[in-house]
Amino acid sequence: MNQLLQHLINTLVLGGTYALLGIGLTLIFGIMNVVNFTHGILYTFGAYMMFIVVHQFGINFFLAIPLAIAAGWLLGAAIDFVLLRPLRGSDIDTTMLVMIGAWIAMQSGALWIWGGVAKSISNPFPDAPLVLGPVSVSWVRLFVLAAAALLIVISYGLINRTKLGRAMRATFQDHDTAALMGVNVGWIYTSTFAIGSSLAAAAGALLGPVYVVFPQMGDLAAVKAFAIVILGGLGNITGAVIGGFILALAEELGAGYVSSGYRDAMGFLIIIAVLIVKPTGLFARAERVG
Amino acid sequence: MKRVVGLICVLAFASVPLWLRDPYLLNALITTGIFIIGAMSLNLLLGFTGQLSLGHVAFFGIGAYVSSLTALGFDVGLFGDVHVVHTPWPPIVGFVLAIIVAGCCGYLVGRLSFRVRGAYFVIVTISFAEVVRLVALNWVELTQGPLALNNIPSIAIGLPGMGDLVLRTKLQNYYLVLVVAVIAYVLIARLVHSHYGRAMRGLMENETLAVAVGIDVTRTLTLAAVISAGIAGAAGSLYAHYIRIIDPDIFAFINTVTMVIMVVSGGKGSLAGPVVGGVIFGLLPVVLRPIMPPEAQWISYGCVLILILFVLPRGIVPSLAERLMQVRARIARPVVASSIAKERA
Repeated sequence: MNQLLQHLINTLVLGGTYALLGIGLTLIFGIMNVVNFTHGILYTFGAYMMFIVVHQFGINFFLAIPLAIAAGWLLGAAIDFVLLRPLRGSDIDTTMLVMIGAWIAMQSGALWIWGGVAKSISNPFPDAPLVLGPVSVSWVRLFVLAAAALLIVISYGLINRTKLGRAMRATFQDHDTAALMGVNVGWIYTSTFAIGSSLAAAAGALLGPVYVVFPQMGDLAAVKAFAIVILGGLGNITGAVIGGFILALAEELGAGYVSSGYRDAMGFLIIIAVLIVKPTGLFARAERVG
Repeated sequence: MKRVVGLICVLAFASVPLWLRDPYLLNALITTGIFIIGAMSLNLLLGFTGQLSLGHVAFFGIGAYVSSLTALGFDVGLFGDVHVVHTPWPPIVGFVLAIIVAGCCGYLVGRLSFRVRGAYFVIVTISFAEVVRLVALNWVELTQGPLALNNIPSIAIGLPGMGDLVLRTKLQNYYLVLVVAVIAYVLIARLVHSHYGRAMRGLMENETLAVAVGIDVTRTLTLAAVISAGIAGAAGSLYAHYIRIIDPDIFAFINTVTMVIMVVSGGKGSLAGPVVGGVIFGLLPVVLRPIMPPEAQWISYGCVLILILFVLPRGIVPSLAERLMQVRARIARPVVASSIAKERA
């Protein structure tokens, strides 16, 4: 029982950052119809930005997080400008392969610049965990949960309350009609990719101090993000949040009760199961095409 | 005409070891050849049915593991006391079993994942490959996990009256790979030109229309998946018996990407495409290795993939074929024009 409680606490912490990853990818996937293989790299990039800002520039930990998110935003906008803008309207396979090429090049770039040795980021929180009866949780993890929750709320507000968000939703429903109504669809795509990328970087910046930072850390993160998007249904932000927590729960329980070696298999098994049983995702509203 | 060109190409490939004495280059050619077989099988799915399988390395790796385990034997405990013991069989049996088991996996994956299309199919196939990789990594009793399967015997072919011919040297393996590659090429060519092949292309062009004229979608796609997986399994088996050591890294996503790059750069949907793309991209590391560190090699690999998609989105072979057609048309045009002029007169 105590073990289960501990797993549930871990699920909450992990689920928050997974939700961030999922929201970013579901926006890009849903609105732009791009299978974004660079999502994991943005996660890695966010974590490395955090490392550089904190350890090489010596800037405050709390200030470093928004800087890392901004850096992710810029990199995402750059990727869209250079690679995706010329490919608008080409088929999904071509853009997917281009994104794979970008992923290979950027990951190798990270390996070249920062080396393969894992790095850890120090944080200003006390080392002793917070003990609540039978369960314990470290302060840095609690902070990660709070920050992730805040970012989720901000994304919600951005999508549902702002003019940009309304234009994004319109583009998701029907980009031709949105264009006819005066939405600059090209800019919506760029903003979507930049926002999605900054959320991935945020997830990396938050989880970087919890785990260690290394160039391949984004690979599994990307697949997990795909699992979350598929669970939640395409372009569905609430679905992505719920999907993030479900995946975290499945991983925690899988690692705790089956075998820790299969922790990372949970995401893949969820993908396979959902696509076979209910291909539209568990919380789908929009009909899936293709 | 096409047969003559094909025969000349095969003879040209067969003559390579006669003038190429460098063992390092020969080694690169053998592994490239094995990956070209994998790329040809991927092309059957990607180029002729339009389904991008990014988990293709799963069939390659399954073939490698099945073949090695058949040749090495294993002793695995299931549910406590029940032990499944397998004594080693000749590697050539492993080669056949690799094709059969990989084909069966292709059937299962095909039946399950052809319910979804496009991006979802891609993600299912990636997930399948990753699950298989994690099983290979964690089922240490069977696969030795990260410790790898060592001392995999070379393939031996029983010759009547002469005993077994063990294919151990690079030269022998080169010809073995070449023979398997030619068989795979001919098999794929026959399939593509049969009525199944026409059904596949019909599905790729317009699925709704293909269904309306009575093409059984799942059956056609599954057939392609089974044959494709079987050929990939054969390639995996060749790889295992040539390298003689395999570990779960064989399932790395980058191996699938290598095959995809070979197909896309050469030209998907063109029979010769994977061969041309494979020779270029298989030998690119050999050229790049002396002039740059490995990370830079991978960076240029990714950049070259992007460049090819931007500049030659249809691949090298179809683009060249089109250019050739244009040249022919230009030569032919004056004749046509003058004949029309005559008719008018």
